[in-house]
Amino acid sequence: MTAPRRNADAARAPSALTLEGVTRRYPGNREPSVSDLSLTIAAGELVALVGASGSGKTTTLRIAAGYETPDSGRVLLTDGDGQRDITREPSHRRGFGMVFQHYALFPHMRVEENVAFGLEARGIGKADRLARARTALGAVGLEDKAARSVQALSGGEQQRVALARALVISPPVLLLDEPLSNLDPTLRESMRDELRATLRRSGVTALFVTHDQEDAFAVADRVAMLAGGRLLQVGTPEALYHAPATRTVAEFVGRAAMLPAERRGARIAITIDGLTLDAPARQMEDAAGGASLVAVLRPESLVLALNLSAPAWRGEVVGRRFAGGHTVYRVRLANGVAVDVIGDGQGAAEGARAGVQLSGVPLAVVTS
Amino acid sequence: MTGRAERSESVGVLARARAAGWGIVTVALALLALLLWSVVYPNIAIVLGSVQDGARSWREFFTSPADLDALRGTLVVAVGSVISAMLIGIPLAFLLTRTEFRGRRLLSAVATLPAALPPLVGVLAFLFLYGESGVVTRVVQRTLGMRSPPWTLQGLTAVIFVHAYTMYVYVFLFVSAGLERYDTTLDEAAQGLGATRALLLRRVTLPLLTPSLAGAMLLVFMSALGSFSAPYVFGGGARVLATQILVSKLNGSMGLAYVETTVLAVTAVLALLLLRRLQGTRRYAMAAKGRATRTTARTTVARAVLPAFAATLVVVLVLPHLMVVLVSFARDGAWTTQLMPPEYTLDNYRRLTQERELWRPITNSVWMSIVATAANAVVCFAIAYVVVLSRAPGRRMIALLAALPWAIPATAIALGLAATFDRNAPLQMRILLVGTYWILPLAYFIRNIPLVTSAIEGSLRQMDPTLEDAARGLGASRWLALRRVILPAARPGLVAGTMLAAVAAVGEFVASVVLYTHANRPISVEILAQVRSLSFGTAAAYSVLLILLVLMITVGARWADGGDRSRIPV
Repeated sequence: MTAPRRNADAARAPSALTLEGVTRRYPGNREPSVSDLSLTIAAGELVALVGASGSGKTTTLRIAAGYETPDSGRVLLTDGDGQRDITREPSHRRGFGMVFQHYALFPHMRVEENVAFGLEARGIGKADRLARARTALGAVGLEDKAARSVQALSGGEQQRVALARALVISPPVLLLDEPLSNLDPTLRESMRDELRATLRRSGVTALFVTHDQEDAFAVADRVAMLAGGRLLQVGTPEALYHAPATRTVAEFVGRAAMLPAERRGARIAITIDGLTLDAPARQMEDAAGGASLVAVLRPESLVLALNLSAPAWRGEVVGRRFAGGHTVYRVRLANGVAVDVIGDGQGAAEGARAGVQLSGVPLAVVTS
Repeated sequence: MTGRAERSESVGVLARARAAGWGIVTVALALLALLLWSVVYPNIAIVLGSVQDGARSWREFFTSPADLDALRGTLVVAVGSVISAMLIGIPLAFLLTRTEFRGRRLLSAVATLPAALPPLVGVLAFLFLYGESGVVTRVVQRTLGMRSPPWTLQGLTAVIFVHAYTMYVYVFLFVSAGLERYDTTLDEAAQGLGATRALLLRRVTLPLLTPSLAGAMLLVFMSALGSFSAPYVFGGGARVLATQILVSKLNGSMGLAYVETTVLAVTAVLALLLLRRLQGTRRYAMAAKGRATRTTARTTVARAVLPAFAATLVVVLVLPHLMVVLVSFARDGAWTTQLMPPEYTLDNYRRLTQERELWRPITNSVWMSIVATAANAVVCFAIAYVVVLSRAPGRRMIALLAALPWAIPATAIALGLAATFDRNAPLQMRILLVGTYWILPLAYFIRNIPLVTSAIEGSLRQMDPTLEDAARGLGASRWLALRRVILPAARPGLVAGTMLAAVAAVGEFVASVVLYTHANRPISVEILAQVRSLSFGTAAAYSVLLILLVLMITVGARWADGGDRSRIPV
């Protein structure tokens, strides 16, 4: 029952992973969980799959890992030897590294034994594999915890052990399932940077699933956004934020208010309560000509105008939230829409009348 | 990400088998075959045996006053045992988990002692204590100046009395465990809302403990239903099915014995289904972890009475063990009308260890329990692995068959084996085991399948199923993952399960008395033989050795589990 193992011990160069028109419908479900999804993760690239629960991101990861076989479509692995179809290859033959949501650390093994396990499976002698495990632990800053029981570690440390265990076997592709979701918020922020730094240093190709767009933005080179089993957009975090392809992407990524808008040449005009304001358009052409447009208003697209003599949309401050360098005000406009606006903190209290103007930052539009 | 999402797929068996892996499918098929052969086949043999003369045996059963009496007696004993075990076990559990008083620790320590007595030994101890010429009986008789004993330990009441002592432990353990998990803030909430103690108990506490109670009731009911030793020794004129089966078998009325066995087994399975339903529909998740809040006894009366009560109970609980030890030093035949045995000697032990024929039952029991338990460890681990961690087709069937021996009284299992393996007939998949050494280890093995399997399953279910995926993903072969990841995860259950199995096997009586031969007679059967020839001292010496064996197994299991006491259930 032992799997034949391709150059098991050789440190492999990172490979590119391609999903090609992948569809998977679970028996009993009417809609497929993943539908005609195509995505390529380049060698050494970090790609995040984001989406709400039920969007199909976990199924996509399971297909990439080999726990799930797609109904149609292919999974391809490209390395120095060329491209091969691994669609039907079971997970344990792919040799991918995997970081599980709950880490799946072996509770009865010491930290270093956990990390060395993949090397043990490759028949590497004890002294050698423990030495390599310690080096891998050093790379995640846990050298001094090598002899500890994994159950004595904090959540963040467990996550790093799981990462070291997955990386020590030099996997062609590393898959991470919600690697940060088990950490408390403060720890989570520092672990984001650390995760990215570690992955960068190792040069591994990585695909990771998260429901948290901040995790995705902080760690990934490119973000793939899924909804209803379909891939809505793939791009850099900046592209998803500033130029969302659809309304769903715009709403999922960052804070945004959506207001009906019209295109006037290179500018976008928005009318509320009879007053029209405009700002430059981010994109030159729209996805669907003729369909009604919606402007994506980010907090930085708007400014709070306390001097009510300038033309501004009138509204009432209904909330304020201090966010470090600035304060975000929530203002309910005359048409009932609440928008988030960045202000300097000296401004209005809740319940005050306030004006809102466009800041002049280019606006993105999507079809409604 | 769950590694093994459960899906009712309408794809073919072949596709599912491929998904599970052919190696696992082979193991699953082998297990299925083994269970069908050892568990199902004997039961079919019994049902077939009951109709071998057409409906004659059945007519005989339903027209025989003795049999109907036995059926009624069985149900009376089962229900009576449940009620009396609950009457003792529930208050004791509440007392020990909720109240602090002098002597609580000591009482907690000995509260589970009756369960540590092998079935026949407990009965023997009761005979020495409360029998017509028992110590307690005579003390009462003399104190009251009565001419005849104040009671006779005979009939169904006596059986229920013995069961209450040995079986309240199940209720006590289940309810205590339920109370340990119980979130006492719920009680505080109810009392804050103005609930009286009675309302609190009736509407909040007891409903939340229903799963524990149902589990305990089930266990007591099934044990009492199939109980053999107590009715056999104390039944007197009263009959129950378990003993009636042996009577019919000894009388040569095999057809009737098969009918009685079928009736007993069907009653057991019906009771199982009924109580399982009660258990399943009333399961609640407790929001918080239970806090152990023991309050000190409030009233002065309670403060005075509780320690005295605890002391009395400790004496009552320890007395049977002490009595067995004491009698083991009594000279055979010397104890007749005296209050206590008059002469003490080491002869009983000396003879046991020096006379080969007397030592034989001990080596028999040890070897047969080692053989049976080793088989249980291997087979039940495979069953638990296939059921919990594989997607092999047929695993639900395997789980069901592995639980089946639990629902079938030991007498029925034994008679089924006797009916099936009484001849060599390879085409019928029968081999001659009756009258050989191997029939008893096989019976022990079958009886312990549910116990060991469920213990290992428990451990495997606690394991994060992604561990196996993780190991395989890191390149481990199925074998390496099994050895390095799954086996360590299964160890607590494996150790606890095999320990309990070895304890059960080394003192097994019910199946043994139906199937033993002179050559493989186990300790329990020898104890009975010594009691029958009124060699109480020798019988007690055997009992003490049996208790020592049980202790050794328990200590050995603790050691095997790395000294982690908390993992082994009592």
